[in-house]
Amino acid sequence: MTEPKNLDVRGLSCPEPAMLTREALLALGSGELIVLTDSFTSRTNIERTGKLTGWKAETIQEADGTYRITLTK
Amino acid sequence: MRAISDFFISRWGPILTGLVVGILAPILVKFGNPGNMGICVACFNRDIAGALGLHRAATVQYIRPEIIGFVLGALLAALLFREFKPRGGSSPLIRFLLGMFAMIGALVFLGCPWRAYLRLAGGDWNAIAGIVGLFAGIGLGIVFLKRGFSLGRSRPASPVVGWVMPIFAVLLLALLVAAPLFGRDAEGKAIGPIFFSEKGPGSQHAPLLLSLGAGLVIGFLAQRSRFCTVGALRDVVLLRDSHLFNGVLALLVAAFLTNLALGQFKPGFEGQPVAHTDALWNFGGMVLAGLAFTLAGGCPGRQVFLSGEGDADAAIFVLGMIVGAGVAHTYSLASSPAGVGANGPAIVLIGLVILFIIGLTMREVRSA
Repeated sequence: MTEPKNLDVRGLSCPEPAMLTREALLALGSGELIVLTDSFTSRTNIERTGKLTGWKAETIQEADGTYRITLTK
Repeated sequence: MRAISDFFISRWGPILTGLVVGILAPILVKFGNPGNMGICVACFNRDIAGALGLHRAATVQYIRPEIIGFVLGALLAALLFREFKPRGGSSPLIRFLLGMFAMIGALVFLGCPWRAYLRLAGGDWNAIAGIVGLFAGIGLGIVFLKRGFSLGRSRPASPVVGWVMPIFAVLLLALLVAAPLFGRDAEGKAIGPIFFSEKGPGSQHAPLLLSLGAGLVIGFLAQRSRFCTVGALRDVVLLRDSHLFNGVLALLVAAFLTNLALGQFKPGFEGQPVAHTDALWNFGGMVLAGLAFTLAGGCPGRQVFLSGEGDADAAIFVLGMIVGAGVAHTYSLASSPAGVGANGPAIVLIGLVILFIIGLTMREVRSA
C-alpha cells in the first residue's frame, strides 16, 4: 500500500489529527502532504507537529471553513 | 485580536494558563475552598451532583461556581475569537461511559488530574501514587490510540446543540443563588433540591463572586490556550511535543510557591486534607481515570471548556461525570479520608475491563 498524500482529519478529536499527521509525515520522510481539518485547534496542532519534525506548513482556509494545510520537506 | 490569538497559541499560552491556575487555586483555598482543592474538576462536578440530589452524601453537596465560570469563560472566549462551533455525534454513548468511569476512578483517588497536581504542590505525598497511576493510565490510552482506537468523527450541529451547556451553566448559577426547595418529605416539610452541605468539604467554599471570577478567567485562558492536564503527558509521548506539558509544570511551580507564601505547604502522608493514604488504590483509581480521560481526548477541565465552545461530545462526557458521581456516592465506590470505599477496588477492576474492551474495539466506521 502506498502512503496517502492526502489526509482528511475533519471531525476527528484530539489527539487523532496531530497523531495521524505525524504518522503520515514519518512514513513519507519527505515530499508533500495535504491535511484537511475543520478545527482551528487541530490546524495549529498539525502545523506544530509538522514543524517539530522539520516540515514547512502553509495553510489556506477554504470557503466552507475547511483548513487545507500543505506540509512540505 | 490576531496578536492575542497568536500569543495564546504560542508556547506561552499554556504556560500563562498554568501559572494563573497555580496562583488562583491556593488563593481559593485561602478564602474557603477545601484543602488542596482550589480547583478540582471531578470533586466540583461531584459536589454539583450532590447539590442537585443525584447522590445524598451530605458532606459533598454544593453548586461550585468555578465550574459555571469554566463553561461561561470558555463560551466568552470562543464567541470573541469566532470559535464557537456547535458539533457532536462522535460516539456520545461511549463518551458518557468514559465520563462515568473517569469520575469513579478520580473519586477512588479523591481528585482529578488538576487536583492531583495541586495536592502535590501542597505537600500531599499521597498524590505521587495517584500521578504515577495517571501516567500509567495515559500510557495505556496511548497504546490503544496507536492500535487505531477512535471514537469517530463529529459533525457540525444546529446552534441549539452548542447552547445547551452554557444555558445549563446559567441555570446552575440561578439555582445556586436562589437555592429553591422543590421537594417535600413524608411530613410535607420542604426539602431540596438544592442540597447544600452543612459540614464537610461541601460546606467549605470561597465567596461566590471570587469562585465565579476565578472560573471565568481560567475558562477564558484555557479555551484560548487549549490547556489540558492529560494532553500534557500524552503529547510528550505520542507527538514528542511538550507544548501542553509546560503548562502543567507552570501550574506545579506556581501552586507550590503560592502555597508556600500563604503558609499552606504542609509536606507529609498523614492528615492531608480530603485524602487517604492507601497508595495502591490512589494508584489504581488514577489508572482508571487516566485511561478514561485519554480515550475521551482530554482531562476533565478540557472537557468542560470544550462543552462551553459548542462541543456536545465533550458535554456528554461531563454529564457522564456528574452521573458517575451519583453512582460513586450511592454504591460505596468513592473513597473518603477514612479510606477506600467498600466497593472501590472492585469497580476499578471492572472499569478497567470495560475500558479495555472499548479501547480494543472502537474504530472509525466509514459510511459507504
